Amino acid sequence: MADTASSFSLTVFSSSGKLNQLEYALKAVNAGATSLGIRAKNGCVIATEKRLPSALADDATIRKVESVTEGIGMVYAGMGPDYRLLVQKARKVAQTYYQTFREPMPLAQLVRELATVMQEFTQSGGVRPFGCSLLLVGYDAEEEPQLAQVDPSGSFFFWKASAIGKNMVNAKTFLEKRYQDDVELEDAVHMAVLTLKEGFEGKITERNIEIGIVGPDRRFVALRPAAIRDYLGEVE
Amino acid sequence: MSGSNPLHYNGGVVLSMAGDNCVSIASDHRFGMSQLTLACDAQRIEPLHDRLCVGLAGLATDCTTLAERFRYKHNMYRLREKRVMRPRTFAAVASSTLYEKRFAPYFTEVVIAGLELEEDGKRGTSGADAMTDAVYRPYVCSMDLLGALMVTDNFALAGTCAESLYGTCETFWQPGLDPDALFEVTAQSLLAALDRDCMSGWGAVVHVLTPEGITTRELEARMD
Repeated sequence: MADTASSFSLTVFSSSGKLNQLEYALKAVNAGATSLGIRAKNGCVIATEKRLPSALADDATIRKVESVTEGIGMVYAGMGPDYRLLVQKARKVAQTYYQTFREPMPLAQLVRELATVMQEFTQSGGVRPFGCSLLLVGYDAEEEPQLAQVDPSGSFFFWKASAIGKNMVNAKTFLEKRYQDDVELEDAVHMAVLTLKEGFEGKITERNIEIGIVGPDRRFVALRPAAIRDYLGEVE
Repeated sequence: MSGSNPLHYNGGVVLSMAGDNCVSIASDHRFGMSQLTLACDAQRIEPLHDRLCVGLAGLATDCTTLAERFRYKHNMYRLREKRVMRPRTFAAVASSTLYEKRFAPYFTEVVIAGLELEEDGKRGTSGADAMTDAVYRPYVCSMDLLGALMVTDNFALAGTCAESLYGTCETFWQPGLDPDALFEVTAQSLLAALDRDCMSGWGAVVHVLTPEGITTRELEARMD
């Protein structure tokens, strides 16, 4: 194995000191549908645009907001198939943690493990970096709600509010203007919907966005279309 | 008997008792080879942090290895998560560490004594409030050499005079002991049982864990 082509990393430094594969990975992220997250006083929300490949596609079968543990959920911007692998790895890592320590995995630990996986794909032989950034919400060991972002490079950040994907810059500016430290979860959901709406192409409906919420009960839920419709009605 | 069972080869015993807002863990100091006593300065209790101690009874070489692995695992956890292990979290780790070696086990029984921060009822209040009026509840458990966990609310013990110790503990222990009474009950239960076992004894030590810290007292014991 050691002397075959597949043992070399594709992610190598350019003469200017950049890792071009990572720049391209970020391009893939920035071309993806917008996702955003907001940390509220009593919980967190993540939301995303769901772009359907065709009007004939069955929207109910496409899911972007996924739960990892009972209390942690995630969403992405970028390449869907890459995301599925990360969801699977995240779930396995969280289950391993639970089996070892018999307590739910704190968000910070899961984020660190996922970031480690994503970093490994920038240095290992024969693989390319992941074409997606992640947003994760949940509670940390101090019982405070947290919103985290993980990038293809393996760097991670904790935010009050953040956005990734195509409309990232505008969405972040919008969130900066609107965000307050003491925002309630319900208001944060409204803010999330309004931010999505801001850069939305076409009409926003309960079928072309997804929302995930973790509240004071520490349970992460991906909202059903009916619940999303109610929120859409409230921000009209 | 002591010749065929590795758990009894070196001798020694560990005992933990729950009190009111406190917990004790005690052991003897004998290190032997079957009937031959080699040393009376054996340390079987490893303090992992201010509110958690683990005691190991059984084959001395395995006890040392396990104590080192537990110390390693706890150190890594503390660096990774920037917090110390809760007693019941550590119990899960200890249990799986033992069961990993299911078919070639460490010949070691484990006793864990710790103080668990009471927080389940405080969900919903902010983190800062929960810290100020912190309430601790004793956590006592033991496990066999395969890691089968037994959590109790009174006492847990392991070692060569386990049978005698169950007798003395059942006689002396009662609920709601304060730190001083807990020390006395632990010490008397242990000393009485040590007198009935030739594989353990030769000095003993009692640690009492309270929210304020650990107090350690060496006991005068029969040295014959």
